[in-house]
Amino acid sequence: MKRKALLLLPVAALAVLLPLVAPDPSTTNIAVFTMMYVGLATAWNIMGGYTGYISLGHAAFFGFGAYALGLIMVHLNITPGYGPFFLVPVVGLLTAVLAVGIGWIALRTRAATFVIVTIAFMFMMQLLAENLVKVTGGGGGLGLPYPHDWGGDFFNTPYYYAMLVLAVLGLLTSWWIRRSKFGLGLLAIRDDEDKALAVGVPTRTFKLTAYVISAVLVGMIGAVYAYYVTYIYPQFVVDPLIGISMVLMAFLGGLGTLSGPVIGALLLEPSQLEFAYRFGASRLYLVFYSAIFLIVILLLPRGIVPSVRDLIGRRRTAKGVT
Amino acid sequence: MGAFAPWFKMTLVLEAAVLGILTGGVYALMASGLTLIFGVMRIINVGQGALVILGAYLSFALFRSWHLDPLLSLVITMPLMFGIGVLLQIVFIRPLKTDREALSVLVTYALALGIEGVLGYVFTSNLVQLRAWYETASFAVFGFHITYVYVFGFLLCLAILGALFLVLYRTSFGGALRATMLNRTAAQLVGVDVDRVSAIAFGIGVATAAAGGVIFGITNAFNPGSHYDLISRLLTIIVLGGLGSLRGAIIAALVMLVTEDITAVVISPVWATFVFFVILIVVLIFRPQGLFGVRVRERI
Repeated sequence: MKRKALLLLPVAALAVLLPLVAPDPSTTNIAVFTMMYVGLATAWNIMGGYTGYISLGHAAFFGFGAYALGLIMVHLNITPGYGPFFLVPVVGLLTAVLAVGIGWIALRTRAATFVIVTIAFMFMMQLLAENLVKVTGGGGGLGLPYPHDWGGDFFNTPYYYAMLVLAVLGLLTSWWIRRSKFGLGLLAIRDDEDKALAVGVPTRTFKLTAYVISAVLVGMIGAVYAYYVTYIYPQFVVDPLIGISMVLMAFLGGLGTLSGPVIGALLLEPSQLEFAYRFGASRLYLVFYSAIFLIVILLLPRGIVPSVRDLIGRRRTAKGVT
Repeated sequence: MGAFAPWFKMTLVLEAAVLGILTGGVYALMASGLTLIFGVMRIINVGQGALVILGAYLSFALFRSWHLDPLLSLVITMPLMFGIGVLLQIVFIRPLKTDREALSVLVTYALALGIEGVLGYVFTSNLVQLRAWYETASFAVFGFHITYVYVFGFLLCLAILGALFLVLYRTSFGGALRATMLNRTAAQLVGVDVDRVSAIAFGIGVATAAAGGVIFGITNAFNPGSHYDLISRLLTIIVLGGLGSLRGAIIAALVMLVTEDITAVVISPVWATFVFFVILIVVLIFRPQGLFGVRVRERI
């Protein structure tokens, strides 16, 4: 335990000091998006990793959060600056209400049907954002006011810390769930839902709670994203690619582990950004993405963290024997 | 005007219903491939939409280089797509040993992205459409104008679905396939080569995508990104029909497309697709297993 804490210290220090060490905007821009995906993958893992319910539609909550903050800022004439960051928890609350509704319906189904229903809800959300033109501005997008006086090297910094705070919040929640009775119940659902119910796990409540927690985190991250990019479009915030990216990262790192989604995001997001930047126009980056995806799932279906842990475990027992 | 408007609307609604049935047939075909794959392998092929688009692009390429009629090009594209399907199954689906249902969704999603990327590279993301004389030519029945392509498409789908039912219920391979759908392990025990059946079923499912793709490509302008729209509809249809139920998928496709087309006339085209999902949700609240599904009682 102590060794782990010692290992974590430099990582945490680097995460906190990063904008001071590398203030160059193109670096901090990558940092903002990477930290965003650390949060997203961690949040997704709370539902997908712990309960085994694979949601491919979490982009619905991301987009909802983005539009929620955008609409609040536009309609209430919020002055840009640090103020909007304090509205993020409000967006979280709104997302919770939505997630309870969607989860109540979606969680009536299991396994494959659940996956499809989450996809259907995502496309519903996208259609709503496109069709409610009077509210959202439709396909023309929605512009958010942005702080003009943050310039140059500093512009990205507040957003980076906002993403960092949300990612840490996600990690703490995930860590707490993992060691609570609630978390044990979720893992029991993943292993055998009917048996879990039989031994007294309130499966419906537990599943819904995990779903809502996961959605709220994603919604809040979506809000910060909207404020960061300042102009949002239905197909770019309720983006299936965002929904699948967080899933891939969690899978790559290791489903149901605490550090897995973080490692997955740290590895994938910077390389994805680099690839999209180089080959974006030709859509070849999708091929690259697809290839990584297939390699991970076919060759490393359990993810990096569990595989490495196995390796270390085996080595230790081997040492113990000799 | 007051007396005229309701009658006028009624005609439009009827016309929309007819169109809905005709296009519903095409969706029934594409969805039947999807539900067949699910039935046999317990996997959801999220790549089906991308395969439909791939089929459409193959016909487009044949038309561009040899001026081959899109419907005739199916003679080439369907066997080709069957082969692609068998190959995809062997390379990407068969190696999945544990947690198939979840992992297969991700694998086929990845395939969809890969296909989208390659198509985007080869054909760019400009919208294209398949051309044929029956694309715009129409005939009149009781005052409705019906474009030939919808009728041809519907007939094609009837023919392919009919052939599919014949194979399923009148051949020994069909018996093996249905046995695998009912109980994989038991089928294996009585000597069914489950791996072979799975590969062929996947091939058939992908071949139906080619047929659906041609009709889709004639009636819609498409680009490599069009598969999202398609797959969201196809998935909704098979969930509504009940996963793994062929009959359910066909009925659900007709119900959905008729409702969608009527909504487009009565309310507005922009809400038509939305109604699609609303039906799904209403049905799920009352019947989580879909219209013809069996309640899933297994671990994910």
